[in-house]
Amino acid sequence: MPYSGFRVIKEALSGHKGWTPAWRDPEPKPHYDIIIIGGGGHGLATAYYLAKEFSQHKIAVIEKGWIGGGNVGRNTTIIRSNYLLDGNEPFYEFSLRLWEGLEQDFNYNAMVSQRGILNLIHSDAQRDAYIRRGNAMLLNGADAELLSVEQVRREYPFLNFEDARFPIKGGLAQRRGGTVRHDAVAWGYARGADSRGVDIIQNCEVTGFRIENGQCKGVETSRGFIGAAKVGVAVAGNSSRVMAQAGMRLPIESHVLQAFVSEGLKPVLPGVITFGAGHFYCSQSDKGGLVFGGDIDGYNSYAQRGNLPVVEDVIEGGMALFPGLGRVRLLRMWGGVMDMSMDGSPIIDRTHIDGLYFNGGWCYGGFKATPASGWCFAHLLATDTPHPTATAYRFDRFEKGRMIDEKGMGAQPNLH
Amino acid sequence: MSRLPTGGQIDRARKISFRFDGQYYKGHPGDTLASALLANGVRLMGRSFKYHRPRGVLTAGSEEPNALVELRTGGRQEPNTRATTIELFDGLQAKSQNAWPGLKFDALAINDRLSNFLTAGFYYKTFMWPAAFWEKLYEPIIRRAAGLGSITTKPDPDLYDKGFLHCDLLVIGAGPSGLAAALTAGRAGARVILADEDFRMGGRLNAETFQLGDVAGAQWAAQAVAELASLPNVRLLPRTTVFGAFDHGVYGAVERVSDHLLTPAPGKPRQILWRIYSKRALLCAGAIERPIAFANNDRPGIMTASALRTYVNRWAASPAEAVALFTNNDDGHRTARDLVAAGVKVAAVIDTRTDAPALQGVEVLAGAQVTDSTGRLGLKSVTVRQANGQSRKLDVGALGVAGGWNPNVALTCHQRGRPVWDGAIAAFVPGAELPQGMEVAGAALGQFSTHAALHGGADGARRILADIGISATAADLPQAEDAPVNITPFWHVGGTKRAWLDFQNDVTVKDVKLAHQENFRSVEHLKRYTTLGMATDQGKTSNMGGLAVMAELTGQSIEATGTTIFRPPYTPVAMGVIAGRSTGRDFKPTRLTPSHTWATEQGAVFVEVGMWLRAQWFPQAGEKTWRESVDREVLATRASVGVCDVTTLGKIDVQGRDAAAFLNRIYCNGFAKLAVGRVRYGLMLREDGIAMDDGTAARLAEDHFVVTTTTANAVPVYRHMEFARQCLWPDMDVQLISTTEAWAQYAIAGPNARKLLQKIVDPGFDISNDAFPFMACGEITVCGGLRARLFRISFSGELAYELAVPTRYGDALIRRLMQAGEEFDVTPYGTEALGVMRIEKGHATGNELNGTTTARDLGMGRMVSDKKDSIGTVLSRREGLNQPDGLRLVGFLPKNPQARVLAGAHLLEPGADMTAANDLGYVTSACYSPNLQSYIAIGFLKSGENRMGDVLRAASPLTGEDTEVEIVSAHFIDPEGERLRA
Amino acid sequence: MIINHPLLGPCDAQEFIYKGDARLIDRPDGMIEGAEAAFFDYAYLRDNPAGQHRELWFHEQGDRSWLVVTRNTVTHEITHVELARDVARKSGQSA
Repeated sequence: MPYSGFRVIKEALSGHKGWTPAWRDPEPKPHYDIIIIGGGGHGLATAYYLAKEFSQHKIAVIEKGWIGGGNVGRNTTIIRSNYLLDGNEPFYEFSLRLWEGLEQDFNYNAMVSQRGILNLIHSDAQRDAYIRRGNAMLLNGADAELLSVEQVRREYPFLNFEDARFPIKGGLAQRRGGTVRHDAVAWGYARGADSRGVDIIQNCEVTGFRIENGQCKGVETSRGFIGAAKVGVAVAGNSSRVMAQAGMRLPIESHVLQAFVSEGLKPVLPGVITFGAGHFYCSQSDKGGLVFGGDIDGYNSYAQRGNLPVVEDVIEGGMALFPGLGRVRLLRMWGGVMDMSMDGSPIIDRTHIDGLYFNGGWCYGGFKATPASGWCFAHLLATDTPHPTATAYRFDRFEKGRMIDEKGMGAQPNLH
Repeated sequence: MSRLPTGGQIDRARKISFRFDGQYYKGHPGDTLASALLANGVRLMGRSFKYHRPRGVLTAGSEEPNALVELRTGGRQEPNTRATTIELFDGLQAKSQNAWPGLKFDALAINDRLSNFLTAGFYYKTFMWPAAFWEKLYEPIIRRAAGLGSITTKPDPDLYDKGFLHCDLLVIGAGPSGLAAALTAGRAGARVILADEDFRMGGRLNAETFQLGDVAGAQWAAQAVAELASLPNVRLLPRTTVFGAFDHGVYGAVERVSDHLLTPAPGKPRQILWRIYSKRALLCAGAIERPIAFANNDRPGIMTASALRTYVNRWAASPAEAVALFTNNDDGHRTARDLVAAGVKVAAVIDTRTDAPALQGVEVLAGAQVTDSTGRLGLKSVTVRQANGQSRKLDVGALGVAGGWNPNVALTCHQRGRPVWDGAIAAFVPGAELPQGMEVAGAALGQFSTHAALHGGADGARRILADIGISATAADLPQAEDAPVNITPFWHVGGTKRAWLDFQNDVTVKDVKLAHQENFRSVEHLKRYTTLGMATDQGKTSNMGGLAVMAELTGQSIEATGTTIFRPPYTPVAMGVIAGRSTGRDFKPTRLTPSHTWATEQGAVFVEVGMWLRAQWFPQAGEKTWRESVDREVLATRASVGVCDVTTLGKIDVQGRDAAAFLNRIYCNGFAKLAVGRVRYGLMLREDGIAMDDGTAARLAEDHFVVTTTTANAVPVYRHMEFARQCLWPDMDVQLISTTEAWAQYAIAGPNARKLLQKIVDPGFDISNDAFPFMACGEITVCGGLRARLFRISFSGELAYELAVPTRYGDALIRRLMQAGEEFDVTPYGTEALGVMRIEKGHATGNELNGTTTARDLGMGRMVSDKKDSIGTVLSRREGLNQPDGLRLVGFLPKNPQARVLAGAHLLEPGADMTAANDLGYVTSACYSPNLQSYIAIGFLKSGENRMGDVLRAASPLTGEDTEVEIVSAHFIDPEGERLRA
Repeated sequence: MIINHPLLGPCDAQEFIYKGDARLIDRPDGMIEGAEAAFFDYAYLRDNPAGQHRELWFHEQGDRSWLVVTRNTVTHEITHVELARDVARKSGQSA
């Protein structure tokens, strides 16, 4: 049933009786061509594109809880493609282009809002680095704009230009960046996949892989064995736990990232803004809440909650940047578990086990990658070759010394 | 009628004046804004989020979803402030929010008429065409309509503080259980903190009429508080909300020190963030009454029954002359009794239970339900469907709704504990997995009677204290009511009209039904799809109702349906208090160099370098641009002598028998054989083979080295070396200490550097070129006996030294150097000139050591010794780091000397398309060289060592530069190093 | 969080810097045959358990000890704290 304004009006006038489930809750079949483990944004997007773009059939998404309950439901909703390195920028730009047509593509208003993202500059070295990055973005066909401090002031007059410990010296803007209503992404992909025949199986936990002679035959689950020709794992945050069931150790640690939202306010913040001299970034949701975050807590954790020192660190950054925030109240804080990889970049690759594929290591950048991650993982699952924008996201890049290290922090996941 | 003639815990002798929406009113000390408005006959206080429905108070506490106002003005304007928690003060100004042009007539109330189109999630199904209209048209309209209150964006003028508190037992909530617990623990000598969000401790005791022993409940509470205040081991924190339970017994709390004043007293904070470190905590947070959903149950005047009772009992404020009650349990009857006793006319008690008990003097309509209400800006009547099916209208101005009580379990969920269903009281109670060290007592645990709460608190405290080795005697507790809970769960009245569950976010029973119909059935989907419980009250009054409706629709029990959990903060917390004093220039500490005072006297311009402030350049009279100053400093240094404060570079003292062997493993190049009195350049790799930091190591003695690091890496390098020492080679005889701040260090550079130094180095120390050649070091004395260290090292490429003295002599030394250097026209230079000279010399620094470059990339591949096992050697051999077309550090000279080359520009072949496929590398550092009278730059180029003499483009489409550059050696000046050996 | 330092008693975790899995103590010998594979495993692969985790914390704002903390990554409960130097010696690291 396509959604449209006309349909909303028609239903409103007839008691909303015609709305049907956005997705079904089917019983698992004994065998599928492709099983995706993980009903988050990436898993659902993978299933959607497998069905829609790669003409695959008999696909299931298996989710241990309810779909969209992981990081797609607890992130700070930012989309952007302002990456530096060759291994990353084409992929994220592909993702941003998919975002730009997503709602029409999957017929769901995920509120993709290209309000722009601005990274502030506070030192000469930072300006040098952002110029290099902005140029890399332009060379890759993305958009980028270097702003002077006066231009920043015109757009964000309420930032601290007068009394700052680290004065604002300019900014790198990506106007096509912005925000998306995160839950709607999961629901939109789920609905789109379901309508193309994908079985979305909630409350079904994978408890093991059935591997025979180096070949993955399917998955053991809390609802019994489900056979599959190919199994794709997209469970970022829990990648190590799930892949350990296949005997693999990963170049990944799980860390908690906290996120925050303020009480609702009338519009004050036009776009997404990131502080360059502290850990703070912020946007304002359509509902009016300031949605913000900062750095990960820094210790391995699966707890989906953090501690007070990081809360203070983030909000100190917020106040340093935007002194008018003092009377705004923090409404809610929560944590998400991140797959922090060893170079800060993701992995979309086959494993050494035939028929078992992996998608993970997204660090705290997974949300913006959702469409391209789904598309590229679907490409890999369907064709057994990597998508041209995701060729660098290999497992063996660490062994070979081909890291994709945007921040240059090395094999220390909590610094990425 | 509004203020009752007697009663209430208000100071009737004093009147205070306040304004709401421009109108002046009077209240009394002890009032909240909400109670004072009700006492003035004002029921309409706000508008709802989505439909802009007129609203009054629903509650009398911090769980209030409706009565949100903008408090104060200017930089102090505080949006979304609950009228129910604002302690009234003289001169208070508040205005309503989310209403235009005004509270009584709000244009956006049109949304209410369109509600049939604006159902749960309608926006996901529309506004998609044409695509460009979302940002331009739809979204701006939605954003303007959404939001609640507003801020002025002016800086908040108030101060905030932070502090730490420690205790044996933190008691959260000062109602009967909390007071009993605090008394028990306090009398036993334990260190106790008792925190309560209210300005008057006592909890429900202040809102009830019953006796404790032979005194009124409120009086007993006051006596208990007085006793606690007299105990030196007890700290009372009224007006303090414990907002979060963090790991290992750490709690976050905000004390509202000055929010009950017009402005904070001079120098006093508005609020304090307390980080409370507790051995144990007892949660005595009470319970929150929940409403029952029925058609139009959101009108001003309809509130929870306990709120109605509280307004009458505690504040002697009755919202209306005639009221009614709607209940499914006995507690609703208690409200009726209290109201009657206070002289309020109770039209009827509408009890959903067919077996409802009778009440003296009040008509009880058993088995009846409220089916609708009237009164747009304030309740006028309710319609009741009686047990016999007949409809009856009651003209009342207020309706108290008693749907049962929910234990206030919020803090028990902060570490993801899940509450469990207790059918006996029809509510969720704390689950088994509580935050470490937390226990729960009283109504928060489902112990609803006062007797049970008192004993639960006292017993809980005794049990906890015993566990941490403090014995407490049984408290002497007064007799108190012990009424059982009699409730027949009833969640919503059926019907086709809208019945509100979440008042603030306008979520109705219909929305839950739609969510169910569309398969958003898990509680998390329900919450996210309908926005149930996502408002500023975190669903304290709404989640339960929504859950019950969903359970009914799915045919599952409530426990099978599940529950969402609460997140910190318990109630919203001002951002200002979490930041404390770390704002403005105090955001981070400022580190000053030893020459800072002197440099300030010289009029230096300073720049932030990490936490440090360093002199960037020293403008002289007549210089109009920074370039003029910097060019002069560079030329003067290279022509004669310059001095620069380089104290910020990291210094690590390395001592011990194995010091040389240790450094030999830390640096990729060899250090084992460095002679005493010599310095060597060293490159450290990370274990992954990437360059980490560079610097020098000076061997002052057989067992003593001084290592320098870059300014940025001083701390990480020290940490790394300690890791190697303690974790990798624990038996090496080596000790480390950071001495960055112990020594003031100056670079003295230029052809006259030695002559200058010879004037202050004490006789007896020969620093001639023969005796003290390039890369020599030694411990000397200067200025007549001052202990110093001298290193003949050069960052500028000139004949240069670095001279270190104990930091307290740093100021004196710079003055002495300048004085001694007068005859050579000595020039102080800042970080800009330092940077220009190091680029001229081709030295790598942070821009080149960017965490992705190898020794080989930096042109130092041969330094990596494969004869030893030093950190990073093995992984530096990986193929990806040793590609023949890998990046190499080279220099760039623009064909047009005056054409700017920009750091961050990318390198492309002339004529190549501006695409990533043609990207050959990037410029890392660039400057104007006054010596070459040309812009120069260094950076990384693919196969750079094979491209010398080629011409490429340094293109920066971002900034519009596109400059032809010749590839040259990165060493622009004195490539053979003759100057530094002079 | 609070870390019970074996020498100093309970200290706020804010005083510490976190590094990661305590297996980073077991640095392979760089001079042996096959060192590259051993170092790849050492530097890049992690068990990353959901549960008990032995991990390295540096008391940067304190006595500069490296500690091995045994902490549950699901509950954050800390059950054991040792000096990393002692752990390193026990696991055979010497000079």
